[in-house]
Amino acid sequence: MNLESGISPAADRSAPALPAALPPFNPAANAQVREVHDPFHGDLLEVSMGPHHPSTHGVFRMMVTLDGEAIVKLKPVFGYLHRNHEKLGENTTYLASMPYTDRLDYLNSMTNNWAYALAVEKLAGQPVPERAEYLRVILAELTRLLNHTCLAGFLLQDTGASGTPLMYAFREREKILDLFESISGSRMMCNFQRFGGCRVDATPDWLAATQRFVDGYNEFLDEYEALITGNEILMARTQGVGVLGPELAVNAGITGPMLRACGVNYDLRKVDGYGVYPRFDFRVPLGDHGDTYDRYMIRVLEMRESLGILQQALRDLPAGPIMDPKAKIRGLKPKPGEAYGRIEGPKGEIGFYLISDGSANPYRYRVRPPSFVNLTVLEDMCLGQTVADAVIILGSVDIVLGEVDR
Amino acid sequence: MEPLVQLRERILARFPGADVTVLPNPAPVGQDSLVIGREHALAIARFLRDDPELSLDYCSNVTGVDWPQQEVIETTRVTQPDPTTGTPKVYEQKTKRLTPAFLEVVYHLYSMARQHGPVIIRLRTGNRTDQVAVPSLTPIWRACEFQEREVFDLFGVTFEGHPDLRRILMWDGFKDHPMRRDYVEPDDYEWEPTAHDDVLKKAQEHLARAEGRQP
Repeated sequence: MNLESGISPAADRSAPALPAALPPFNPAANAQVREVHDPFHGDLLEVSMGPHHPSTHGVFRMMVTLDGEAIVKLKPVFGYLHRNHEKLGENTTYLASMPYTDRLDYLNSMTNNWAYALAVEKLAGQPVPERAEYLRVILAELTRLLNHTCLAGFLLQDTGASGTPLMYAFREREKILDLFESISGSRMMCNFQRFGGCRVDATPDWLAATQRFVDGYNEFLDEYEALITGNEILMARTQGVGVLGPELAVNAGITGPMLRACGVNYDLRKVDGYGVYPRFDFRVPLGDHGDTYDRYMIRVLEMRESLGILQQALRDLPAGPIMDPKAKIRGLKPKPGEAYGRIEGPKGEIGFYLISDGSANPYRYRVRPPSFVNLTVLEDMCLGQTVADAVIILGSVDIVLGEVDR
Repeated sequence: MEPLVQLRERILARFPGADVTVLPNPAPVGQDSLVIGREHALAIARFLRDDPELSLDYCSNVTGVDWPQQEVIETTRVTQPDPTTGTPKVYEQKTKRLTPAFLEVVYHLYSMARQHGPVIIRLRTGNRTDQVAVPSLTPIWRACEFQEREVFDLFGVTFEGHPDLRRILMWDGFKDHPMRRDYVEPDDYEWEPTAHDDVLKKAQEHLARAEGRQP
């Protein structure tokens, strides 16, 4: 190497290379953000949390700018798990996308299957027999129990209650996964729904086991709530933290328990009344403050309502076929057109938008991921909070990166 | 909720000269949509949100669709008298037509206040190469923020007025738009650790091209 030309003179080294411009920033919630390098007030601290941080629930990254300990700016960074799920869906047949939907939100494969099946059924005008609709409700509500139980455990893990509550939650989760395994053959990647029905029928043994499980679940919830809900440390860490107002929540397209924690009454099971949900008697819990504690409480209350739905569905489950005899599953070629089908998943509105051009593959296959859209307001909720609070707020948003990144 | 034809009349009465057409959906679900011109899109979107009868305050889904130029063969039947006998006879006429190439952004709007929907609106770009800008609806619905970034990333539609238009799922240095129909994945077969058969052939061709030789 030529030393004379390779080394810069001292004059160049004296001026540190400042970034020419910060990433564009929309001052949400009217936050005043000062320059990162400020010789008068002192520099802000930029922290890259993730993608391998254990509290980010996967490969999620937050670019956090701190003033002292307060967050003044937070930019989520996605895409570490991106595999272009939508392109895969466009290059395969309608049926072949069904097992791929399991991998979106891998905790809730049953509801992902249902949302996709619903969209295809809307596209092709395919009816569903009654027993299959009841089975779908039973499995979707079990999925809701599973997801909310996991969330309650992980949220407590995030607050620093290391281990014990999470293990209590996972003990119950295993019971649900056992039920899923015995009906579909797989614990998590269920691949259960089909266009026009379900893949396998529930045996009387399975129904009896589910009934036993449902009967005993309130006891677990009572135990868990006795330990956790009134816990002073949990209340101190979560109440008033990450407050989200209803106007912003509606405008930002937030759905699911996170929206209802702000007090907005919008549950697709009531609004759309898809499947056989209008036949069941259940209430929609609503929050008051929209803080992290409300988001935790909404999930606990929703689990209690889910148990009520499960009791009714198991009681009323009719006999009959689980598959429409005229349903075409393999080689399905819907007529040209488009359809958007959505259901109330445990994390929010999960929808599928399909455009058919008459061939065996969808022309356009789009997933409307609830946790991806719910992350829109992460920055608004975290501004002014500390890093430790940001971890809890992210935990209460309830994300799964398989769905965020797709 | 009022039918889309009536809604179109109301929009046209409010914004004279706006370009709004109803696009029928042949599927049995019947979710027709409104195709809205780019000039008035932002104002019409604000009207849809703020109108008390509609109050479409919730933008659920934003997505892109790529429509490259395609050759469509249309068959029309014409009845003409047969030149020899004079009896009417049905002729089939086939005409070739090139569809226009454009990118489309689809918005699914619902109302949380009135609990109805969906109203589907579509914005279209001029073509797929240099006129790929549409107005961003993020100032109306914050829900579009990440989803429009995703459409920008995967389809290459630029949203004018978006506060923070960057790639979101692909990395910043990435060049192409993977969800376009004519996307070709990069030829990086030389990284195959044990290349053989087709892969080895492709790797050698790629290496030759990289070194400037004829493969």
